[in-house]
Amino acid sequence: MTAPAPSLLVEDLAFAYPDGHQALFGVDLRVERGERVALLGPNGAGKTTLVLHLNGILRGGRGSVAVAGLPVDQRNLQEVRRRVGIVFQDPDDQLFMPTVGEDVAFGPRNLGLPEPEVRARVAAALAQVGMGGAADRPPHHLSFGQRRRVAVATVLSMHPEILVLDEPSSNLDPAGRRELAEVLESLPVTVLMVTHDLPYALQLCPRSVVLDGGVVVADGPTRELLADPVLLARHRLELPYGFDPRTVP
Amino acid sequence: MTAVHGGVLGAAYLAASSPVHRLAPHLKLVAVLGFALVVVATPVDAAWSWAAYGGYLALVLLAAAAAGVGPARLARGLAIEVPFVLFALLLPFVAQGPRVEVAGIAVSESGLVAAGGLLAKATLSVLAAVVLAATTEPRALVQGLERLRLPSLLVQILMFMVRYADVVGGELGRMRVARESRGFQGRHLGALKVLGPAAGSLFVRSYERGERVHLAMLSRGYTGRMPGGPATAVPAQDWLTALTLPLGAAAVLASGLLLG
Repeated sequence: MTAPAPSLLVEDLAFAYPDGHQALFGVDLRVERGERVALLGPNGAGKTTLVLHLNGILRGGRGSVAVAGLPVDQRNLQEVRRRVGIVFQDPDDQLFMPTVGEDVAFGPRNLGLPEPEVRARVAAALAQVGMGGAADRPPHHLSFGQRRRVAVATVLSMHPEILVLDEPSSNLDPAGRRELAEVLESLPVTVLMVTHDLPYALQLCPRSVVLDGGVVVADGPTRELLADPVLLARHRLELPYGFDPRTVP
Repeated sequence: MTAVHGGVLGAAYLAASSPVHRLAPHLKLVAVLGFALVVVATPVDAAWSWAAYGGYLALVLLAAAAAGVGPARLARGLAIEVPFVLFALLLPFVAQGPRVEVAGIAVSESGLVAAGGLLAKATLSVLAAVVLAATTEPRALVQGLERLRLPSLLVQILMFMVRYADVVGGELGRMRVARESRGFQGRHLGALKVLGPAAGSLFVRSYERGERVHLAMLSRGYTGRMPGGPATAVPAQDWLTALTLPLGAAAVLASGLLLG
């Protein structure tokens, strides 16, 4: 019996924008099923460009992306977008429907699922993020932290193979940050988390990958990477004042 | 800094659970549209016109009473009519034809009738629309339009307007606070040099947000068509209740035409 395909397999991915700016220069990344991986790197490293390749929003450069064995190309686009759940940074971009429930139902309905199944998935996804009972509320009545958790639910309802989070802790207050961490830790799903928040990466992701200048420059246990001041300094990564990754439990 | 409950668009909505509130939004839309069509189709120069318009007014006030919409709320809703009123007031002075004396001033008779008709028709239609807006949440209105087969693209545009009015309004508010915090006062013509670029940057921000929302939609399998939820059937009784308003108006018009 062969091992299951990795949740995410990126091979030699290179990409230049139409204006000639090249953002990726051959990225290799393999994320096994059930792993939680942090994607670190300074602004302009190519993190967002990489993320937009994972579900085929950007295509056409060199190299390949496969999600659970399925190559990302024009024919598979709809299935790839079901398998890759991207949670964007600003929940107001993610939550565009009039109510929370309709927003969580948006993905499943696009998949053409029957209505009872859609309703069951909406209820389950909202419960998973601790927002059960909020289905009929308009997004602008929720706190920022609640909106961020609902944004996670909008992709959970599609039963993704891998959850991709863009700066999940940004703009959250400490309580909202902890609540989101509890939700993410409870999810039985592969996670790729793009973040500048190094303590958050250490808390949630056993493994980290550093992207800089459009290539992967480091890949290893998060604690080891964060304990390497030379590596951090070289790639404009900084720990918060007083934070020592070796003493964190 | 948070918008009021329901947001800037929801301000017209009056939370309650009257029989009118409980009607499905598309029924109310049909009722208001039907009512307005009957009102507009009523001639202004027949002998029975004034009786007919009085009948319409009674009908729309009854609907407002059933919906629990008070006179103050109706009067505030009428404010939108002010430009029409100004136009209507001009008509008796600029129209041609025989003149009559009103309070010592010679005005055009046909202009006076046209102005009266315009005012009556506009006021009645606006009153009906105020009752609709006060009893229906903005997003329910959009659902009603969708149910009435308004083209999907227009429905989506309206839906996004409802969703993002407060987000964009919030940005506008933050920009204003940031301006004023640095001593800006927009009270003279020179302020336009500041306000113009501010409007421009708000447009650019909204445009960029539109692009990000589109990305988020694509990422969840959007293919150009909004996936609709299930449409619940509406009992015949509800149709009857909703259509009381336009059918009543039609009965008034018919009796005017037949008896007058």
